[in-house]
Amino acid sequence: MSANSNKQPETGGFFARDRAWHAPALTPEYKTSILRSPQRALLSLDGTISEITGPVFGHSMIGELDNDLIHNYARPGESAIGERIIVHGRVLDERGQPVRGALLEFWQANAGGRYRHKKETYLAAIDPNFGGCGRAITDDDGRYAFRTVKPGPYPWPNGVNDWRPAHIHFSVFGHGFAQRLITQMYFEGDPMIWKCPIVTTIPDRSAIEQLIAPLDWDQTIPMDARAYKFDIVLRGRRSTLFENRLEGN
Amino acid sequence: MVQELHRLKETPSQTAGPYVHIGLTPNYCDIRGVYDGDLGTAMVNDQTLGERITVRGRILDGADTLVRDAIAEIWQADSAGLYNSPSEMRGTADPNFTGWGRCPTNAEDGYFQFETIKPGKVPFKDGRPMAPHITLWIVARGINIGLHTRIYFSDEAEANAVDPLLLRIEHRQRVETMVAQKDGSTYTLDIHLQGPKETVFLDI
Repeated sequence: MSANSNKQPETGGFFARDRAWHAPALTPEYKTSILRSPQRALLSLDGTISEITGPVFGHSMIGELDNDLIHNYARPGESAIGERIIVHGRVLDERGQPVRGALLEFWQANAGGRYRHKKETYLAAIDPNFGGCGRAITDDDGRYAFRTVKPGPYPWPNGVNDWRPAHIHFSVFGHGFAQRLITQMYFEGDPMIWKCPIVTTIPDRSAIEQLIAPLDWDQTIPMDARAYKFDIVLRGRRSTLFENRLEGN
Repeated sequence: MVQELHRLKETPSQTAGPYVHIGLTPNYCDIRGVYDGDLGTAMVNDQTLGERITVRGRILDGADTLVRDAIAEIWQADSAGLYNSPSEMRGTADPNFTGWGRCPTNAEDGYFQFETIKPGKVPFKDGRPMAPHITLWIVARGINIGLHTRIYFSDEAEANAVDPLLLRIEHRQRVETMVAQKDGSTYTLDIHLQGPKETVFLDI
């Protein structure tokens, strides 16, 4: 809890996840999912205290450059090469309430589509001034922002000629471990979004559109960086007015 | 027309992909100097209360091949059964125990491993005690939405036998897919994503 908040912690169970909105586990066009998807039904469990609680991270763990991917791996006085952008938005829950103190971690390829990872063999060059990771914690309004370069698309061994659209991976912690979420952000207007077998694991077109960040002209800084806005929605939770006491007996 | 509920839809999940380490454990994949260390590597310190244990396991796909590019996260109560979370209203958890850990599956032998403590019992929603357990969440290339399960302990047979969640598993032979086997102070559990030994995964 932040010092200037007088809200009580919430202890209600989370709204059930709409698993028809999310991708199913088995999506054969994304080949790796074939052997990595459970075949049995999930066992449903309305959240116990083991799931409605979760780790919360303090703002003190965030370093000054953690949300600046242009500089956080660069040599002194240098910066990453690429289209300079700001990505910002809010983390809300399904009730529209801001999720304060949410830890976000993001990672991405460089401007040429090359990841800094030993398993990556794409021939595009590494940028010596770009690492590709960053993190931020939301403020009391649920806001976050980071600065980076726009990642490039890259080819991957799925179909013979499959390319990922430009994307940034996001990992999000809410207040309960059942809210834990990893997703990917795409960029408005990218024609490759609709060709991608990972994007289209999601069956509903409007769900896919929820992952596409619009160009946010108003937040673009003249002569410096363009801005994209990406809001994230985590699961909402019930009020506890008529819940059994979680403390037990 | 009735009033509107004004519900938003949850942001859809996407796979963490093969390079998830860049974002979640950058030091593990040799991206050094950005963060002091990787998050979730130290759950305990010298002052932590409780019985020290090691919890480890591998993740295997439907062809019994090791999944070496996964990330495992765990969340558990302290030795008194309290969670280190603002939503814990029953008391104050051990300040020397984070309750949360993160570990990649090793690129060589495929193990994830946590140095932690044995959790105490926590109550089910109706007050019945749940057997000591750890919540496990895994993500990887090929997994579209993170998989939740639980790790129970083989030396808690009595508590496991009356655990409200384990009792709900209709196919009783599947209960053992959630029970880690004790050897000294180490508990080991392999996670099978698919096939005859498939782990029970939860919709929580």
